[in-house]
Amino acid sequence: MTVFGTDLSEVADLAVSHAYLAGLPLVLGLLISLPLGWLALRRRWLYPPVIAGTGLLYTIPSLALFVLLPGIIGTQILDPVNVIVAMTLYTIALLTRTVADGLGSVPDPVRQAATAIGYGPVRRFFVVELPLAVPVISAGLRVAAVSNVSMVSVAALIGVSQLGMLFTDGFSRSAMGPILVGVIACVLLAILFDLLILLGTRVLTPWLRVVRA
Amino acid sequence: MIRLEAVTKQYDEGTPAVDNLTLEAGTGEITVLVGPSGCGKTTSLRMINRMIEPTSGRILIDGQDTAQVPAARLRRDIGYVIQHAGLFPHRTVLHNVMTVPRLNGWGRARAETRAREVLELVGLPGDFARRYPGQLSGGQQQRVGVARALASDPSVMLMDEPFSAVDPIAREGLQDDLLRLQGELGTTIVLVTHDIDEAIKLGHRVAVLRQGGRLAQFSSPADLLAHPADDFVADFVGRDRGYRALSFQQHEVPVHPEEPVPLGQPLTRRGDEWLLAVDEESRPQGWVVPGEVGDAPVGREHLHRGGTVASVDGSLRALLDAALSSPSGRGVVVRDGVLAGTVRAEEVLAAIQAAPRPDGTSIQDERP
Amino acid sequence: MIATIWAWLTDPANWSGAGSIPDQTLEHLRLSFIALVVAALIAIPIGLYVGHTGRGRVVLVNIVSAFRAIPSLGVLFIAALLLLPRLKGELAFELPSLIVLVLLGMPPILSGVYAGIQQVDPAARDAARGMGMTGQQRLWRVEVPCALPLIFSGLRSSMLQIIATATIAAVVGLGGLGRFLIDGQANRKYDEMAGGAILVAVLALLVDLVFAALQRFAVSPGLAPAARR
Repeated sequence: MTVFGTDLSEVADLAVSHAYLAGLPLVLGLLISLPLGWLALRRRWLYPPVIAGTGLLYTIPSLALFVLLPGIIGTQILDPVNVIVAMTLYTIALLTRTVADGLGSVPDPVRQAATAIGYGPVRRFFVVELPLAVPVISAGLRVAAVSNVSMVSVAALIGVSQLGMLFTDGFSRSAMGPILVGVIACVLLAILFDLLILLGTRVLTPWLRVVRA
Repeated sequence: MIRLEAVTKQYDEGTPAVDNLTLEAGTGEITVLVGPSGCGKTTSLRMINRMIEPTSGRILIDGQDTAQVPAARLRRDIGYVIQHAGLFPHRTVLHNVMTVPRLNGWGRARAETRAREVLELVGLPGDFARRYPGQLSGGQQQRVGVARALASDPSVMLMDEPFSAVDPIAREGLQDDLLRLQGELGTTIVLVTHDIDEAIKLGHRVAVLRQGGRLAQFSSPADLLAHPADDFVADFVGRDRGYRALSFQQHEVPVHPEEPVPLGQPLTRRGDEWLLAVDEESRPQGWVVPGEVGDAPVGREHLHRGGTVASVDGSLRALLDAALSSPSGRGVVVRDGVLAGTVRAEEVLAAIQAAPRPDGTSIQDERP
Repeated sequence: MIATIWAWLTDPANWSGAGSIPDQTLEHLRLSFIALVVAALIAIPIGLYVGHTGRGRVVLVNIVSAFRAIPSLGVLFIAALLLLPRLKGELAFELPSLIVLVLLGMPPILSGVYAGIQQVDPAARDAARGMGMTGQQRLWRVEVPCALPLIFSGLRSSMLQIIATATIAAVVGLGGLGRFLIDGQANRKYDEMAGGAILVAVLALLVDLVFAALQRFAVSPGLAPAARR
């Protein structure tokens, strides 16, 4: 089936690799941000350098990072790993602060009560602090997800295959159709990511669904 | 004088927030609006400076209908203090206090002089002026809030739960300072609180409001304690109102001479009778038991500090409390901080019986 | 590899004449600042209005998050395809890109200004009203000064967004440091691409530092985190 002169099965293939290139870094970034954010919060002196450092990452324009990474990590310029690493870095840049602030938003009495019950620091983190920080972290994750999806498309300029290829392809043929299809597909993918995160948050925070009496 | 005439505030949904309220706040007095949450006390207060417009009724300040004055103009002449002070975080303490004079068109120098003056007045001299609100404690912030309201020397000041968010010790100090300031300046104050004790301490007149913004009782604090108008007021004023009413009663109570022992010297008397220790300036420090002191000089480690101290011209409540709290049963009484003697609980109680009550009767009168 | 990039970066030939490093840097800055100023002129009043009155809050928040999902590269190409045939000369290369830069630069400013005004302590607003400040006085003397930290962070992320998008816009013919990346790609010259990428990264960093310095200067010390207890 074709829409606007674009083969939809090809779009589906591109969407799958787009989802992979934007989604995997989201998971990796979250896994790295959690300990980083926790450290920044627990060791006060680490907060400014960690937050400033991750903030600095974010100032680097995406295209520049895509181009520079092969030189730094020794990959080929067309290697999708560059995109994965770059997007992971951006995710860390966005999420570390969110994780620190989210964990910091856990009320002190709750933390102390958990300690008083006899939870060790590790158990307390996973059983009490992390669950309570989920809403804040999820808000940050949604921002990261949406901006990742949009940013990955830039990688088309260096020839990494995903929905952005529809843009370069359409532009080189002066055809509006594929570009529009690409934009719509990107937006839909972003919405899908957003919904998935919302769903996950809902499942993880049953206490927020209870209607207050 | 502030006069509310049949003031009603009705929001869209059903019951009025304030219902047909008529009230007069006397010039140079503190009028307190008190009541449970949802009684419309804050709404009533905020209608005075037109932060909220009444649905019907009039509000007059010194005979002038406030509806006739442009709202911003009106507010500049009325001091306004709120619960969390509401200081501007981006301005220093000095510039916070200078705000209203500057709004009123004062020159910078004159406004600054005035600001320093009122800061001194509220107990924040010199160095505080340069700080930012974020660097102050809650109590200090509230002092700045009061200073800011006083800066343009308003004849009327509105205070909405001014001390509720401050810790109890700082609150006590703020209340005392407000009473002192109001006494000196003669400002007409309308103050809102949910705390009946604060209302009784600060108010010349107290208006108790009930749910739905209706006036339950409007009278002096002593009268409120002695004669609650109905069950609601009685309940709101609280159970130990008889004891608290003693705060407003004074009566002659016999003061017995007390032979104190000086701190830092060995005792010359023995036995198991309690002795009162004083410092070099004859200020009471605490009670000692000779058996515990032995031959050593009387030291601070020997002191029992349980008793409160009442002033000779204090209220019957303070005198009774001194007698009841003293480990020796002898209540310590001071004049300007210096030991004047002791009182006995039974004699204070006798005085309470004899004392005229706020309504002019005494307990003895009611006996057959 | 690093040596070749260094060689490209330090080659005197790349430092003079049309299309040289200084030339493209200035061009990048010029375009970015034009876009930022236009975006700010449109977004700040809207953000102030929504923040001060609370009207149109939901619309603003939704537009801002929707914009984030739109891929900048796609919008650039759409604008170029639509406008290129209709414009002539220099304008044909700049205008489509500038429109996109302004468009993508606005959401961060909008949300920064709006959020900044929104988070002003309600007690401070109430006190300002109670002491007789008019709506304008409250906005300019209390709300805006208190909102400055977030307004600045909005401007800073807008600027970063614009600098990044301007780099990509080289692909539709815009001048600036993106030229080195795009032309290097076309000519298979990695040293030029990487050199350009480094220059863009450094430029973004320096501009952000300048804004951070401006922010320090403009924002009251009373609002700095250190002043809080």
